[in-house]
This record gives sequence, C-alpha cells and structure tokens, in this order.
Amino acid sequence: MTKKSLFSTKTIVATGLGAALFMVLFMFVKIPSPIPETNLQIAYGVSAFFGAVFGPICGFLVAFIGHALNDFSYGAPWWSWVIASGVAAAIGGMVYFMIDADSGKIGKSEIFKFCAMNIVGNAIAWVIVAPILDIVIYAEPVNLVFTQGLVAFVLDAICACVVGSLLLLAYAKTKTSKGSLTKE
Amino acid sequence: MRQPVIQFKDFTFQYYSQAEPTLHNINLTIHSGEKILIVGPSGSGKSTLGHCLNGLIPFSYKGEIQGSLLIHDSETKTQTLFDLSKQIGTVLQDSDGQFVGLTVGEDIAFALENDNVPLPAMKDRVKKIAQLVSMDELLGSNPFELSGGQKQRVSLAGVLVDDVDILLFDEPLANLDPATGKTAIELIDDIHDEGKTVVIIEHRLEDVLHRNIDRIIVMNEGRILMDDTPNNVLSSNILLEQGIREPLYITACKYAGIKITPDMNPEHISTFNIDAVANQLQSWFKTHNRTLPTPKEKSLLEINHLSFSYDGSRKILEDINLIINEGEMISIVGKNGAGKSTLSKLIVGFEKEDKGSILLEGQDLVNYTIKERAEHVGIVLQNPNQMISKNLIYDEIALGLRIRNINEEEIEKRVLDVMKICGLLPFKSWPISALSYGQKKRVTIACILVLNPKILILDEPTAGQDYHHYSEIMEFLESLNKNGQTIILITHDMHLMLEYTPRAIVLANGKKLADTKAYEVLCDPVLIQEANLKETSLFELAQKAHISDPLKFVECFIIQERRERNHES
Amino acid sequence: MKVKMFSYNQLDTYIHHLSGLTKFVCFLLLTTTVMLSFDIRVILFVLILSFALFKVAKIKFSQVKLMLIYVFIFLITNFILTFVFAPLQGVEIYGTEHVLFTIAGPYVVTLEQLFYQITKLLKYLSIVPLGIMFFLTTNPSEFASSLNKIKVNYKACTALSLTLRYFPDVQRDYHSISLAQQARGTELSNKEKLSKRFKNIISILTPLIFTTLDRIELITNAMELRGYGKSKTRTWYAYRPLNKNDYIAMGVCLAIFIASLLITTFVNHSIYFNPFI
Repeated sequence: MTKKSLFSTKTIVATGLGAALFMVLFMFVKIPSPIPETNLQIAYGVSAFFGAVFGPICGFLVAFIGHALNDFSYGAPWWSWVIASGVAAAIGGMVYFMIDADSGKIGKSEIFKFCAMNIVGNAIAWVIVAPILDIVIYAEPVNLVFTQGLVAFVLDAICACVVGSLLLLAYAKTKTSKGSLTKE
Repeated sequence: MRQPVIQFKDFTFQYYSQAEPTLHNINLTIHSGEKILIVGPSGSGKSTLGHCLNGLIPFSYKGEIQGSLLIHDSETKTQTLFDLSKQIGTVLQDSDGQFVGLTVGEDIAFALENDNVPLPAMKDRVKKIAQLVSMDELLGSNPFELSGGQKQRVSLAGVLVDDVDILLFDEPLANLDPATGKTAIELIDDIHDEGKTVVIIEHRLEDVLHRNIDRIIVMNEGRILMDDTPNNVLSSNILLEQGIREPLYITACKYAGIKITPDMNPEHISTFNIDAVANQLQSWFKTHNRTLPTPKEKSLLEINHLSFSYDGSRKILEDINLIINEGEMISIVGKNGAGKSTLSKLIVGFEKEDKGSILLEGQDLVNYTIKERAEHVGIVLQNPNQMISKNLIYDEIALGLRIRNINEEEIEKRVLDVMKICGLLPFKSWPISALSYGQKKRVTIACILVLNPKILILDEPTAGQDYHHYSEIMEFLESLNKNGQTIILITHDMHLMLEYTPRAIVLANGKKLADTKAYEVLCDPVLIQEANLKETSLFELAQKAHISDPLKFVECFIIQERRERNHES
Repeated sequence: MKVKMFSYNQLDTYIHHLSGLTKFVCFLLLTTTVMLSFDIRVILFVLILSFALFKVAKIKFSQVKLMLIYVFIFLITNFILTFVFAPLQGVEIYGTEHVLFTIAGPYVVTLEQLFYQITKLLKYLSIVPLGIMFFLTTNPSEFASSLNKIKVNYKACTALSLTLRYFPDVQRDYHSISLAQQARGTELSNKEKLSKRFKNIISILTPLIFTTLDRIELITNAMELRGYGKSKTRTWYAYRPLNKNDYIAMGVCLAIFIASLLITTFVNHSIYFNPFI
C-alpha cells in the first residue's frame, strides 16, 4: 500500500481530531510525577502517535493547536511552550518516513526508531527552543528556564516514548491479516 | 419510458484486501425520478453497492472493478469523486460524523465553500435550502443544540445544496427514535416529489414503507436476488429466506395461514386489503387466545423520587419512581434526550443524583463507588469499541478480576465459565480485532458478567444491527435472562421492546409517563404521541380485521412469536 | 467536569462586532508589543487598555473567575521561582544594586529585582485579558475563516475548525470510556503506583484512540463526498468582510505597536526601561 499524502483529507481530519484528543487529555489526564509541581502529560504520547502514523505536519499541528487552545481556555497561550510542543511532535513525526505503521509491521527496530526520534525531538524542543524563547521574550533567568526545560524534556520524552509506543503497537495489531485464525 | 440514470452492467467488485469479490455480476438500472429501496442483511454487499454509486469506491476504498457502471450515461471509472458528488448526494448514517460545520448554516454551505462560491450567493442558496428542510430558523445553532432528526435534516440540506438529482440515503433510520424516523421518511418522500431520484439503503423495511417505494432490490452475498415492486416482494417469501424482517402485519397474517398476494396491496398497512381473509385472522385469534404469564414479583432495585440535572436548572430527570423485579427483562423507552441514558448512568453511579435514592435489595447505593457498584449493577455501552482495551479476548474479560486482585486460578475458572455462557470459547485465543461487531458486543457483555452483577444494563444493544445479528444478540440476552439474570434494556427499537421485554417504562422530558406491559405502550395513542413512539401495525391490522380486542390480539401475536423463536408450536 | 469551549455569546458591543480577523490581528499586535518590551510604562498602558476593553465587551467577572485563579497561581509560582533561581537577575539587567534587606546567603532583596519581577508579572498579566477577550468574543468559525484570509493554509484552518467542532464529542467519548473502565475497577486516583497508573491510563487511551480513528474515517468520507479538497482555495460561509471599525481598531493597535518599538529604539536604547540610571 502506498503512503497517505501529507495533505490528504484524511490527514487533515486526523489533525483536527488528534488536536481535540490532545486537548482533552491535556486538560483531564495528568499523572503527577515524582518531581513536585510537575505532571506527566499523557497528551504528548498522542501527538507522538499521530506524528508517526500521519506525518510530521500532522504531529506538529496536533500538539500546536491542542496546546494553544488549551492555554486559551485559561487566559492566553504561553507561546514559547506551545511552539516547543509543536516542534517536539514535528521532529518525532519524522519517523513517519522511516517506518510504515499501516503495514502492521511494528517490531523492536521500529519502536527503537520511534523512541529515538521522539527523544531527539523533545530534547531540541525543551532544552533549546523553549528556554531560548523564554529568555528572548520574557527575560526569564537562564538557569530557571533551563532547569524547567530539562524537567519538561525528561517527562515529555517518557510520555511520548512509553505511551506512543504502546499506542503504535496496539494500532499495528489491528492491521494484521485476519486469515490465519481457526476456532478451538 | 423514463431516462435511465444509473446503470450497472455485469458489474463485479473486489476489495484488494479480500479473497472474493463483494459484488458479483450486478445488473441494475434505475430511472430518473424513481424511488428505490435496497435491502439485505449485513455483508450482503448493499453498502458496497452504495459506495460504488457515490464514488467512495474506487476513490477511497481500493479494489478491482469489472463490467461497467454508468451514471447519466458516463462511466464512473473515468470520473473523479468530485465529479460524482455533483450528481449523487449521499446522506450518511451517522449524522454527527456528517455534520462537519460548527453551525447549521456552515454545514449546509460546506459543499459551496469547496466550490469557491462567493459569499452573497452562498448565503442566499443556504437560506433557500434551509427553508426546504424547515431549518431556516436555526442557521446559527450548533450541533449540540439539535436533535437527531434535526441533524439529519441538516445533512440532507448539505447535499441538496449542490443541486444533485440523485440522492443516496445510507441507513437513514439507524439513529432515530420511531416518530422521528417516520418524519424522516416523510421528508425523503417530499424531496422525491421535487423530482429527485432516491436510493435508500435500509433494513428497517416496515418503517421505510411508511411512504411509497417504486421498487425493492433484495441483495445477499453480493448478488441481486429480486428486483420488483413492494407488493410482489412482500408477497414472496424471499425476505424471510434472506434474513430480512417482514412488516409485522405480514408476519401476523402468515401465522394465521393467510397467503399474501400482490392484489391485496400489502405494501402499507393502510392500503392492505384483508376483507377477504379477515375471518382467517379472527379464527386464528380465537384458537390462539393465550395470556402471557405474570412474573413473580420480588423487588430487586428500587428507585425513589429520583431527580437530576447537569446544570442545576434544566431537569433531566424529575421525581422518578420505579421498581425492577428480580429476574426481569425490562425496556426503558422514550425519545432521544428523554433521560433514558441518564437514568442508567445514575443507577451505575456514573452521575450523582440531586435528590432521591436508589436501593438494591433494600440497601442504599449512595456511598458505593463506581467500582463497588459494578459488582452489583453492570452497564454495557452501546459501542463495543469504547470498552475494549486489550488485544486478547481472555485478557479483556479477565481485566476486571485482575484489578480486584483475585487469584489467577479463580480468574481462569470464572473467565472460562463466562466465555462458555457467551459462546466465546471457540475464539479463546483470538485477538479481539478479528471479531465481528456482534462478537465484540458479546465480549463486552462477558466483561461485565464476569463480575457477577445482579443487574445488567445495556444501552441500545442492537443499534445498527441487521435482523440476523439483532436476533442473535437478543436471543443471547434472553438465554441469560432465563438463567435468572435481571436485565434492563435502554432502547428506541419498538420491535425489541415488544418482542423481548414483557414490561416497559416510558420516559418523556425527564418524567416517567408509563410503567406497563410493553404491547400496551404501543397501542396507546396518547402515550405514543407524548413519547415520540410509533403505533404498532399489529394494532391497526386487528382493527381492520374487526377483532374486538386488538390489544389482546397483539399479546397473542407476541406469544406466538416467542414460540416460533423457541421452535415450539 | 464539563469544559465549554468558546463560551461565545453574540452580544451587541463594539468588540463583538469587530471581525474575527481584526480581533486576531489586534491580539497578536498587542501581545507582541508586550512581549518585545520590558518597559513598565508600555506594559501598564496595554494592561489598562485591555481591562478597559474588558468593560466595553461586557465580560462579567463570573465568566472569567476560574481562568483568573489559574493565572494567579501561575504568576505567584513564577514569581517565587524566579527569585529562588535568580535573586540578582534585576541587578544584572539594570546594572545597579539598591539592597533593601537580606534574607540569607545570596538571597538579597534589591529594588532592581523587585522592579524586574513586577515588570515581568505585569507583562504576563496584561496578555491574559486580551486572550480571554479574544476567546469570549470571537465566533470560532469566523476565526478559522479569518486565519485563511491572512494566508494561513486553508487545510490548517480546516483542521483547527474540526478541532473546535469535535472537541465536545471527543470529550464525551473520553468520559464514557473512562467511566466504563472505572466500573471495571480501573483506579484513576493518586493512590496507585506510577507504573500501574500508566497501565490504567493506557486502558482508557486505547479504546479512545480507536474510537477516534473510526470517527476520522467517517468524517473523511463525509467531507470528500461533499467535495472537500477539490481546489486550491475555498470560500468561507462564516467570513465577515471588514468595515470601517475594523480598520480603525487595527490602525490603533498598529500605532501602539510601532510606538512601543520607537520607545525601545530611541528612548530606552534597549528592551528594558531603566529608571535606576
């Protein structure tokens, strides 16, 4: 089967609904992490999953729209972090070009690639993009933003890798062939 | 002779993922201005046929086509999906999925927006079309403020806006309550009168026949088995043979040994001429005059003065009182939004009542958590996909027990027991994704049953199922009930209520309107009106046959149905 | 626990009558003004302006109470953290040190630090009413259409408008799935161990993802059957042409933006306004 186009109607719809899903999880599903005052945001697993299945643009918009709308409902978007969320999912979503989730063949090496890309994506987003934007826009103290960025990197990378991999495996399993089963 | 607009010639289609063709050698011609009904069990190929018409095949679902399909004399293979969408408008089954705009106006305008129609022309056109379906007052409303019937009107307007001359309706009745379904059929008929060609795919035959149909196409296993007028189709035995439900008045006549012929005009109950055979019905009634047994009454669940509202002002439920007896199978019916689902959510503790109490065997459930309540009252959601989280059936059913820290030995015993009851043992090691919808439904029922709840609540257990799967699910539930399981069904399927549940509770606007025998509900015009239900045709049949006690006739019919089902005579 | 997205009401005020495009452009101009400036005078001006506009838009306190509580919690946390991590950030920026009192060790409270932190706090605070106002007075569909007018790709606009359309549906799916799993015994409270909670959340997330994928398939078909994506452009039913008031509003905001840039370049010679030298 050929890959879906990055701009097909299906990808657009997946982006819209993925962002809605991201938002719902961002608002309601937080696991308090061992570090006080921080949460494991399960939503990053969803943006990583959509990135891997529908491509980096979809991943970017899922996280970007989802995060921005979530922030709007509390006041105003914190753009530096909204952009960082998008960047993390976009880079993680590059794995779309390396694996084919729709074929149903997701093994150790695919999961490894998925996790590697998402770790890189989250590192760039939270250790470079977000802190620099914070310093430029808000003149935040350097050590504060890098500490926050490092914590965010670790937590979000964990969510993206663990939750994303599990979803990817579950997705691949529904794509396996059905002819091989017999009743007992 | 009218102009042919749709012509299938030796048309065969095979999905790439399948080993066998789904459609075999279809030959079918539909003429301009005709109104066609396509019936067939699930898997008969009727939806695939619909997809070929609107272009989703081959543009979205890939496969191999042989033969030809002409629409307006041009081959569909050489056109694009967008060309086809200008000729055939499709109204999908799920009106929530089809409603892509944020408001009514935007949704109707969607096709025009894609055509780059300038704003003033677009507004004019939307207004005109909205008037046609009586939605012009609600152009600014969002989908959450609309009822199911209104959403369907919007869907219809959304395809009419393109000025298509063929309309395809994919199971238009699936998500509507009976009265709204009736209005929908009337609306389709009105649109047809404007000169449109109409193709309806639906298995609720009796409801579609509320208005005239030119031809019925009966399909099964990818072939057209019959293509004839409703009178001829109803006079044959093909519907029964192919697992499609006949109108109830036809079934009743067949019980009485009456041979249906086209000249009796069986297509509507109102035109059905039974003068010559009325005496046969009367004598059947005399010889089959039985009474349903009254069940023993031992109260299990007691609901007292229950009130609830989501926002504190608009009451969803108001002062509901009712008793569910042990071993009962009972229906809760009423129009969409009447509070049926809310009532079930309160019973299982998903929502908290504002006032009143719920007692199970005399014990107040108020302080039980959702998890604790689940061991007493279990609920099965309408969509099985919303409940399934594991890959293997065994693990899925064991989930609730594992969380409760029961030892593996005990778990295995209980899971296997439940699998046996639910007929799932042959699929023990299958992944859930390989199961059919009906089998998945059984898995979700098994997941709840394994916790041994005293009461099982099912929300629309048969929604969207054809007669065969409907019967399969309902007979399974009936067998559970015979083993003593108390079951509450939330439904707007009148057949289900009539045939399987002796007692029914009718809700409307948050209040309990009636709590009585199921067949009495469908014979009470006032109640039917207030709760958006639909009178059963059996009642009218009895009246036509000058039977003195039509209510009793309906009761006798149900008893007969049950016997036939259980192969007694 | 129901969050209503865009609890937008059409009121008869000047702000409501502006087009979504205007409001978005003004929102971006004013927030960028504040972001690019560390001058307390500019920030105070925008802050007062935005609260005045709040009054014009007839936004009631009860509508925004919850949001404001969140914002205050955030601001206080940020205020404390900033001090803990960088007690001398202000001294570094402004180049002077006026010690007020010493707490312990390196933790000295200086006038510069107070000034810096208060400026920063106001900076965040002034953006909030603008965001809330934009959110409460803008018709969401008109907003999506106006993004397209400022050359955002129409497919991205569709994605945004689908997010707004289906958020309540996905939320409802999430609730029913989560309740059904809780009934089976899945514990979501804080009592469980971390790994167990991950597992439990996956048992909700898996059905939620698959339900959503089903929905995606359905909506895709529905949209393609109505000609979505056939041409490179599309028009928008919800689009409202601009009128005189729109241009005035954008003009005023642009003027503020430019004035602030001029102050930065010619008066302060940096993004900071320094009262200490």
